[in-house]
Amino acid sequence: MADQAVSKPQAAVSSNTPDAVVVRFAGDSGDGMQLTGGQFTLSTALAGNDLATFPDFPAEIRAPQGTLFGVSAFQINFGSREINTAGDAPDVLVAMNPAALKTNVEAVKPGGLLIIDTGEFSKRNLDKAKYATNPVEDGSLAKWQVLAFDISAQTIEAVKPFGLGNKDALRCKNMWTLGLAMWMFDRPREPIHQWLRAKFAKAPELADANIAALDAGHAYGETAELSGPLKQLHLDPVPSAPGLYRTITGAEAVAMGLVAGAQLLELPLFFGGYPITPASAILHHLARLKEFGVTTFQAEDEIAAICSAIGASYAGQLGVTSSSGPGIALKGEAMGLAIMTELPLVIVNSQRGGPSTGLPTKTEQSDLYQAVYGRNGDAPMPVVAARSPADVFECAIEACRIAVQYMTPVMLLTDGYIANAAEPWKVPDPATFKPMPVSFLEEKNAGDELLPYKRDAKGARPWIRPGTPGLMHRIGGIEKAVDTGHIDYSPGNHQAMTDARKGKVDGIDVPDQEVALGETSGKLAVVGWGSTYGPIHQAVRRSRAKGMDVSHIHVRHIWPMPANLGDLLRGFDKVLVPEMNTGQFKTVLRDQYLVDAQPLTKTSGQPFQIAELEAAIATYFDGVPGDAGGDEIEPNLQQLPSVKAVNP
Amino acid sequence: MNDMTPITTTLKDWETDQEVRWCPGCGDYAILKAVQRTLPQLGADPAKTVFVSGIGCSSRFPYYIESYGFHTIHGRAPAFATGIKLASPELDVWLVTGDGDGLSIGGNHLMHVLRRNVNMQIMLFNNEIYGLTKGQASPTSREGTRSPSTPYGSVDHPARPAAFALGSGARFVGRGFDVSKNLPDVLKAAHAHQGAAFVEIFQNCIVYNKDVFDAFAAPKGAEDRQLWLQDGEPMLFAGGTQGIALDREALRLKVVDVADGDWQSAGVIVHDVKNRSVAHMLVEMPFGPFPMALGVLYDDPRPTFEAAVAEERAKASAGKEANLAKLLATGQTWTVSGTAQDPI
Repeated sequence: MADQAVSKPQAAVSSNTPDAVVVRFAGDSGDGMQLTGGQFTLSTALAGNDLATFPDFPAEIRAPQGTLFGVSAFQINFGSREINTAGDAPDVLVAMNPAALKTNVEAVKPGGLLIIDTGEFSKRNLDKAKYATNPVEDGSLAKWQVLAFDISAQTIEAVKPFGLGNKDALRCKNMWTLGLAMWMFDRPREPIHQWLRAKFAKAPELADANIAALDAGHAYGETAELSGPLKQLHLDPVPSAPGLYRTITGAEAVAMGLVAGAQLLELPLFFGGYPITPASAILHHLARLKEFGVTTFQAEDEIAAICSAIGASYAGQLGVTSSSGPGIALKGEAMGLAIMTELPLVIVNSQRGGPSTGLPTKTEQSDLYQAVYGRNGDAPMPVVAARSPADVFECAIEACRIAVQYMTPVMLLTDGYIANAAEPWKVPDPATFKPMPVSFLEEKNAGDELLPYKRDAKGARPWIRPGTPGLMHRIGGIEKAVDTGHIDYSPGNHQAMTDARKGKVDGIDVPDQEVALGETSGKLAVVGWGSTYGPIHQAVRRSRAKGMDVSHIHVRHIWPMPANLGDLLRGFDKVLVPEMNTGQFKTVLRDQYLVDAQPLTKTSGQPFQIAELEAAIATYFDGVPGDAGGDEIEPNLQQLPSVKAVNP
Repeated sequence: MNDMTPITTTLKDWETDQEVRWCPGCGDYAILKAVQRTLPQLGADPAKTVFVSGIGCSSRFPYYIESYGFHTIHGRAPAFATGIKLASPELDVWLVTGDGDGLSIGGNHLMHVLRRNVNMQIMLFNNEIYGLTKGQASPTSREGTRSPSTPYGSVDHPARPAAFALGSGARFVGRGFDVSKNLPDVLKAAHAHQGAAFVEIFQNCIVYNKDVFDAFAAPKGAEDRQLWLQDGEPMLFAGGTQGIALDREALRLKVVDVADGDWQSAGVIVHDVKNRSVAHMLVEMPFGPFPMALGVLYDDPRPTFEAAVAEERAKASAGKEANLAKLLATGQTWTVSGTAQDPI
């Protein structure tokens, strides 16, 4: 599908300038590609372009050098228009070695630009990348524009004055490359200089060498010894709402959202965590925020992490734990206890490819069943799913709200893509947030009697802090009697308590579902959740531009679902549910609403491409003008009307 | 334990209205009474006392104590208790576990709560059997124990709870048994200790492992088989006619006879609760050739985990303002001015 949509060769970076460009930096794990990408992202944000990034790195910390599985890549999509995804096919690929070229080149748009460091194309490295012949010389790269030269040698030359050894000198290669990219996209180097000086404050000679490499890469572009494929592009800033902006990753947004949520609840935040990819970053961020009343506890395992968080909630703090799929599985029994004892708890699940250890560094949405159904017994639990790094912030606050107001554990779903990806974020003003202070039970709630399980109008029981005089009581995982909370296994009581727990969660106040793009009824609804937001949104936008009657609905509240969702879906002839799993949300939708939701699934560890979604949408619109199976779709031209090219 | 204003209670104040559901004759009854007798003597406040337990017969304990109580999941009570202490260090937390709960499924958590030194009393009821699941061999069952799961006799080597605790870094190790009149004193010492205080309590499972501790716990001949350790006192038993000395050649303990009360010349060791090396020997001292070491085997406090966490938080927060607006605007930022045409 994807190939069809973008098969028409076009010059990716040329005077026929687009309003968005996709650049992918690829190299060995040790080449510093994530750093390069991160700094390029920052300069892009500072230039006022909208952007989205996708870091893609191996699970191994230091895979053997030069190998295919040791390739680390960073993709950025930026432009002078709204950007929702990290982009489909790169316009530009920077390949630092043969392995990076081999694993990434097929993704590049025909006609796209390959920048290749020939200094790394030794026989040995070609062998490691399983190239029989040198692709730079054998004509196999003919459908792309190739700019191949010895970046390694250029770098060594540039840093010569600083007397570094060969190894250290070559470490500056990524900065040389970044310098060239900075020139290509007309970026000021000063922020990078500042960053390097700060980073190497203790080793100024390394700062100088890296700056020299950066400047040399920039100068290389400027002096244009290569008038061929290399052109300079200036993408205008995106017109966006006035205000203060920053880039934000999903992990940062979780941490800040939880801190904000705890502040609005006026509670100290307790975070019990255990290292796991890609969730660890949340623990790292929160560990530095002690002045916000945050306690972070690195537990001995995933189970202890959630149990300590439940203990803290029992004691009156906002207990939070986070993990990824396998760790969430370990926490399942404790979630059941939090459901049974009706204590607030937020569980953040940064999903990754599974089952078992699966794909630790790759993204997937395959924990939906685990989130909604994955516990023993009838154990209803609210689930909230974030759609993008910035959206995580609001979702985290929402999870805190539900947990405390309904005395229940809540799962917040993100994924590896959201956790690592960055996007610009308009910094919100906390003064506009609605406080939601918590009240603890301070005295007996039934005359002379304490009823720890007496429910309020929302079905929630009171929160009673140990230490409160006169309210001593016992709770636990054994079924408890209605109101009193005493042990009670009797048939009628279990029925009543099961119904009460289900009723409480079913009745959670969830905002009505809105339509992200398009009409509230029509021919096709594309229904997504989580990090598929960007590609679905763009695909629906393009399809609508071609006259297709298609709408985008993106569900944040996975459980319970918005009350109007069923009616909304029934207003469409067809419902298509793209997911990075084998069709889990599709099944839940069918189960809940008896709608004929059709799956569109992908489990490659990579996000959806806009083009493949567009092609899938097109199959519902045979005969619509402008659509002939996707062949004539030119994504870039479609969306890139206003661009200014600056040739040197 | 914690520094709190002592309040006056009686044993009755610590009894709940719940019907106790252990088997008639279970050692747990005696332990429950010992704890309910001890708490008033400590001046404990029911509102500030929390009993946390895992799963098993012993872990029903919180339901029968009129305080705050949390009956959690199998083996994980130490993790819940750690969360409670980090959130509310002022609470007085008692952890109740058993040999299966604490050493089998929960061995990992027990190890970490001890090495972190979270301030609480940990009572491990050791009956050397799984009671609640009807009598399977447990990690402390002796080799050859016949049970439904080991019909030909268990073949694995038993864990030694006190040795496990000390090896995990415990700064207090005590021992007692269910019907011992000295148990409250051991509990009081555990409560007085600032930090994780581990108490192994031998407990008679009347149904599945009856009288397995009679060899030392039976009243008849108890003097000869129980060594009650007292800080600063010589390690004497059998009415002062025998004692524990150090075999300096082999670097191990030995039993020596004491004539006419002259324990000094017999080389009997004076118990020093802060001597970790001797504590290691005491927890490993095999019953049979030696008497059962009971009382406070080791007691040498050091700063608690929750105090260290609070101190680090205070230090890291010093001079910093909890300003959410500033936090949100950290990192490299940029400003967009003018009118919005196509807001993000």
